[in-house]
Amino acid sequence: MIDIYSQLPILLIAIPLFAAPVCVLLGGRWLTYLLSVVVCGTTFAISIGLMQQVIKYGPIHYEIGNWKPPYGIEYVVDGLSGFVMMFVSALAAIVLLYGKPSIDAEIPRSKHYLFYASYLLCMTGLLGMCITGDLFNVFVFLEISSLSSYALISLGRTRRAPLAALQYLILGTIGATFFLIGIGLLYQMTGTLNMSDIANRLDTETGPRTLLVAFGFMTVGLFVKMAVFPLHSWLPNAYTYAPSVVTAFVAATATKVSVYAFIRLVFGIFKPEFAFEQMPLGTLLLTLSLVGIFIASTAAIFQDDVKRLLAYSSIAQIGYMLLGIGMATTDSLTAGIVHMFNHALIKGGLFMVVGCFVLRLGSSRLSDWRGAAKTMPLTSLAWAIGGLGLIGVPMTAGFVSKWLLLTSAFESNHQLVAGMMLVSSLLAVVYVWRVVETLYFSEQPSAAAKEASEAPVWMLVPMYAVIFAVLVFGVWTQFSAGLAAEAAQSLLPLDLVPTAPTVSPGGTP
Amino acid sequence: MISFPIIRVVSKLLIPYILLFALYVQFHGDFGPGGGFQAGVIFASAIVLYAMVFGLPAAYEVAPPKVIEKLVAVGLLLYAGTGFASLFLPRPNQDVPVTGNFLEYEVFQHNLLPGILPTGQHLGIFLVELGVGITVTAVMIIIFYAFAGRERVA
Repeated sequence: MIDIYSQLPILLIAIPLFAAPVCVLLGGRWLTYLLSVVVCGTTFAISIGLMQQVIKYGPIHYEIGNWKPPYGIEYVVDGLSGFVMMFVSALAAIVLLYGKPSIDAEIPRSKHYLFYASYLLCMTGLLGMCITGDLFNVFVFLEISSLSSYALISLGRTRRAPLAALQYLILGTIGATFFLIGIGLLYQMTGTLNMSDIANRLDTETGPRTLLVAFGFMTVGLFVKMAVFPLHSWLPNAYTYAPSVVTAFVAATATKVSVYAFIRLVFGIFKPEFAFEQMPLGTLLLTLSLVGIFIASTAAIFQDDVKRLLAYSSIAQIGYMLLGIGMATTDSLTAGIVHMFNHALIKGGLFMVVGCFVLRLGSSRLSDWRGAAKTMPLTSLAWAIGGLGLIGVPMTAGFVSKWLLLTSAFESNHQLVAGMMLVSSLLAVVYVWRVVETLYFSEQPSAAAKEASEAPVWMLVPMYAVIFAVLVFGVWTQFSAGLAAEAAQSLLPLDLVPTAPTVSPGGTP
Repeated sequence: MISFPIIRVVSKLLIPYILLFALYVQFHGDFGPGGGFQAGVIFASAIVLYAMVFGLPAAYEVAPPKVIEKLVAVGLLLYAGTGFASLFLPRPNQDVPVTGNFLEYEVFQHNLLPGILPTGQHLGIFLVELGVGITVTAVMIIIFYAFAGRERVA
């Protein structure tokens, strides 16, 4: 008999990868939907099983085709990748469970089976990026997830959706190519593609200039995929014009997985000493993320389309994760990792709320949402709770990560960073409140809002599950922050001792 | 282009050899240069040539878009299915029965018609490359259809 436990790492990838072409063969709408839900649920269950094994026995290694690494491809599940895979597969499952009415309303019926196939492929790609221990494999999975997300985004209702997808395709391909160039340079220097093997062979102290070039290419490539501030231009259009379900899934997971790949790159392959002491990565990250947080949050305030508002807010929130990485202490890294999880929940939940409104009001423009709280009270309440999480009000998940980030900023003498973080949270209050005000306190309800009815129970239940999770993980931090702290501990066991007198704009010399 | 007799006759003559060459590249890929990707593109090029000379409707009869779309999935299923099959088969020469890892071709070892049927690693590569060949053929044709038959692209 097969030993199912030892095969779990590959089943996590192989099951959705196998189910995607089955969806294409089956065709139709109901059967493919049920299959996708079952597969996403199974994947989530497998990722929980893997995480339990990791907690009990330590990192899991799996050799594909029984070829020993570094020659063969190796899958590695450790604290960090298991954690990321768990929330990616959870959100994939729950968004799909929620999305049936929204998918029916927004995507042409003849394309449903292709939608489910792409959705499963996108999830496969994102999970694969987390689980693989082979650098070239990361690129392959990055392309699987990117290509399928371009297809998903182009399914949007308006004619702008294919254009937004094309814009994302061009920038995303440039990013992926940069990443590939970096991999090529590393391969040329070390002759291996296995991540831990590369890490052992790279001479970061006295290595050649190529090292610097490879690091630069890979960082910039991932910056594009993460939508870090100056390279974010693809994101608002892609999130705005994609179908609501796609936006909820992609916004909650895709950029986080790129952040994960970046953490792996900086701390796992190149050593943090190289990235933060020989290279000015800390200064770069802190500057870009602070500027990005302020500009994107300000831009969010002035948006009329709620999807676009949340898209700009996503760019700002990526900044908080990068702040955590940029300060490069164990605590701040913990905060960054926790924020990946919390923001995935919050942004996934909020985009699910938007999906409900779009289903009932037929638009994501703020002017059409006026007074919708009277006819859709439950959905509006969900927005209010999710919004509190986004701001970082105590008792919500957003507070946990911002608090950790703030304390680690003070501990590592980044007072300026801490101060600017607090100010930037006020900007989040403004854009969240604008929507709340429109929903609850509009004098003149819009025509659509008057006739609207509450979103179907089918959508409300999974949506509230996510929204409640925002509250639960705001109080019960053992799971999220505890796992993140262990992951950060294994990546960066000792805080870096700042040798340069000015490590950051806010650092006191 | 059907009105040009030379083009019509020459392409009619060539198409069988293009297909044959594609199959050679596919199945000789185990021993020499070649493999699924190249074979798939060569195979698809025969269909593309046919469509260019005899028109899209004729090509739709030879390779119906609906069928081609399913073939994209079939090739991928063959590849992934090979991987799944290796999860269930026991590794050869083991005292305690252990099943293989994903895509571990050693487990396909058998003694049927030795020398004629591929076995072990060879069989695994054979199946996987066949899957690649089918998918690449189908994808190439679908891309051509998408550009050539604009009205089909929604």
